[in-house]
Amino acid sequence: MRNFKIFLAFIAFGLFMACGGGNQKTETTSESPSASSTETPATDATSYDPKRGEGKFDETNVKIDATLNTAMADAGEKAAGVKCTSCHKMSEERLVGPGWKGVTQRKSPFWIMNFITNPDPMIDKDPELQAQLELCLVRMPNQSLADEEARNILEFMRKNDGVK
Amino acid sequence: MKSNKILFLVITVVITIFMMSCRPKNAGTSVKGDSSVKSFVAPGQYDEYYNFVSGGFSGQMSVYGLPSGRLFRVIPVFSVDPEKGWGYSEETKPMLNTSHGFVPWDDLHHVELSQTSGEINGKWVFGNANNTPRLARIDLKTFKTAEIIELPNSAGNHSSPFGTENSEYIVAGTRFSVPPDYAEGDVPIDSYKKNFKGHISFVSVDKESGKMDIAFQLKTPGVNFDLARCGRDKSHGWFFFSCYNTEQANTLLEVNASQKDKDFIMAVNWKKAEEYLKAGKGVKQKVKYAHNVWDEHSHTATSTIKNEVTVLDVAALKDICYMIPCPKSPHGCDVDPTGEYIVGSGKLAAVIPVFSFDKLQKAIAAKAFDGEYEGIPVVKYEEALYGEVKKPGLGPLHTEFDGKGFAYTSFFVSSEVVKWNIKDLTVVDRVPTFYSVGHLCIPGGNTRKPSPKYLIAYNKITKDRYLPTGPELTQSAQLFDISGEKMQMILDFPTIGEPHYAQAAPADLIRNNGQLKIYPIGENKHPRVAKGEAESKVVREGNQVHVYMTAVRSHFAPDNIEGVRMGDEVYFHVTNLEQDWDVPHGFGVKGANNGELLIMPGETTTLKWVPDRVGIFPMYCTDFCSALHQEMHGYVRVSPAGSKTPLTFHVGKQAPAEKPVQ
Repeated sequence: MRNFKIFLAFIAFGLFMACGGGNQKTETTSESPSASSTETPATDATSYDPKRGEGKFDETNVKIDATLNTAMADAGEKAAGVKCTSCHKMSEERLVGPGWKGVTQRKSPFWIMNFITNPDPMIDKDPELQAQLELCLVRMPNQSLADEEARNILEFMRKNDGVK
Repeated sequence: MKSNKILFLVITVVITIFMMSCRPKNAGTSVKGDSSVKSFVAPGQYDEYYNFVSGGFSGQMSVYGLPSGRLFRVIPVFSVDPEKGWGYSEETKPMLNTSHGFVPWDDLHHVELSQTSGEINGKWVFGNANNTPRLARIDLKTFKTAEIIELPNSAGNHSSPFGTENSEYIVAGTRFSVPPDYAEGDVPIDSYKKNFKGHISFVSVDKESGKMDIAFQLKTPGVNFDLARCGRDKSHGWFFFSCYNTEQANTLLEVNASQKDKDFIMAVNWKKAEEYLKAGKGVKQKVKYAHNVWDEHSHTATSTIKNEVTVLDVAALKDICYMIPCPKSPHGCDVDPTGEYIVGSGKLAAVIPVFSFDKLQKAIAAKAFDGEYEGIPVVKYEEALYGEVKKPGLGPLHTEFDGKGFAYTSFFVSSEVVKWNIKDLTVVDRVPTFYSVGHLCIPGGNTRKPSPKYLIAYNKITKDRYLPTGPELTQSAQLFDISGEKMQMILDFPTIGEPHYAQAAPADLIRNNGQLKIYPIGENKHPRVAKGEAESKVVREGNQVHVYMTAVRSHFAPDNIEGVRMGDEVYFHVTNLEQDWDVPHGFGVKGANNGELLIMPGETTTLKWVPDRVGIFPMYCTDFCSALHQEMHGYVRVSPAGSKTPLTFHVGKQAPAEKPVQ
């Protein structure tokens, strides 16, 4: 053991003495994970639009009719059964997340579709979502919804809110 | 210990001199001042290379990052792993099936990354089972064992899983020759020379799916096949196998298999073997072996027992195999990136012979033979020899290449790595390893295009290098910077045991290969999947109770189950409904004589539980999944045999239901 200590002491001493070793920049790393894993363009919190949320959906690419599209609502109910209803009730009652009753009256269709397809950046920026997180303590997971699934689920939420 | 003290003093002095002198390119030292900088990967940064390291007697394969030496994953391959449910879940049990039945352990020695045109393609990595001979293919999109094929007529599958330039074949040569499975096995052991035979399997790999199949086997004399390498570029179409125990001893091999001055490297013209196969020269033999395949959509393995293999007799079919004499029990048999030089490492030899592929071809054409060995022509040593590296060190084992004209050979006995020039056969550098190095790895070091920045030495003994942990010490590897003229040790890192061969690939090649993050729930074809809580249920089928259960942060459905009776077999089919990366759920139940389940997002996995007593049994999520992970549990009530307690189940009801709900 004593030899180890001497050995380590010399190394430590050597590191102090080494010429500029501490300033030498490592060339050994490849691209950082944060640079590569961001799938949505990052925007700062000041440019966040709480009406629209953040994501790919807005007035230009989501068309909402006054009446219900029942085929879409049925498809949405099916998708929600697999990916959503473990945590959300159709009533106002909270399970893991809040109940869905009235959500389409409280939130814009774009906000809903952006949130369910792009939850992480929105939870980080949206003040209401942050308040919600304090209640639920579970970040809504990204359930890898396809665009069409998201639209159908929105239609199912509209049906749940009484749109005919 | 005395020699260690001296060693440390010497190193200490050398380091001090170096440190004080402040010259960055000093020779001959094993640790330099900037070594920690070279191996440092800052928190949150990625490594440059994936290092796939055999797990030896653990039976698994480990994945490290280079240059940091950080352990990322231990992939369960040939041994059960209760942590991941490997060999415990109903779906994975068939993966470990063999002609001998379920085998829970093996010994994985070597790895081979799949290649296209002699370069790593990032699709699969193969591993060998040494004890009960098998080959495994691991899918590098999932880092999961996707296929295992057993090898008949084999024992001690050591000369494996080395592959050809386009992974047309992965080979598997028997280390222990034995009587073939298709012949009488009940023979006296000392009838070795008469009854024991070698078999080398050529396992084909489908380019797209990776699916393996034993294309043919070569029946050879009864010797020990140790290691192997394919020819590349100009020698593509050939394979080289080191052989020892050409004495054909069957007892005290330590002495009796070390008698001859020279054993052999067997050169195999596998293109020729393919021709014979096409011409119908193969003999179909009755054997028995298991072929186990994982289905990514049903999340289930199937095991099929196969009964036939085609064997080519290399003594009868003259021009498939040639023996090249190689000094003293050759171990490593390595081919340089150009395909011209074949390096044999005689464990007990004082030289490293380097053979020339061109000379070998000329010698074969001119029939420059020294008789035959059991019907196989023996090429004259000098006619195949390019030259010898004289006095390189003691106990040469393995050689890797940097693509810049240098070879790096490990020396077990003298504990060092020796760098030598392939053209002029001179030693240019040597560094000590701590201690008794076995295999070496340079990323791409067995391909046409090595990436000559790092070399990793996998050591057999760590002795005093780490804090002691009782009689059993950590296994270890050491990382060297080989970008300069001189090798420089920059890191020690512990490994799982025991590391034999390893390969490394550029990080970007693997991480951009289409890595799977989740299993899409829509593509889940498990017969007992529950796609959503509405499909969760409990069904009695005789004495089997099938629980179709879902898991989502942070509850199971159902989480209250009653009506299970003593004598029942309960199957929990747990579907993880999450569709986000890095959200597995775990599942364990009290008293189960079984492992746990780790269920990836979108996956369905089954745990079998046979209750052993009446009572209430909690079940819970074992993988910390969310802020309410501690709440993610439920109960199963077990009643006596013949009990009238109805089968009920639910989630979210405070009062127990009287009859089945949902």
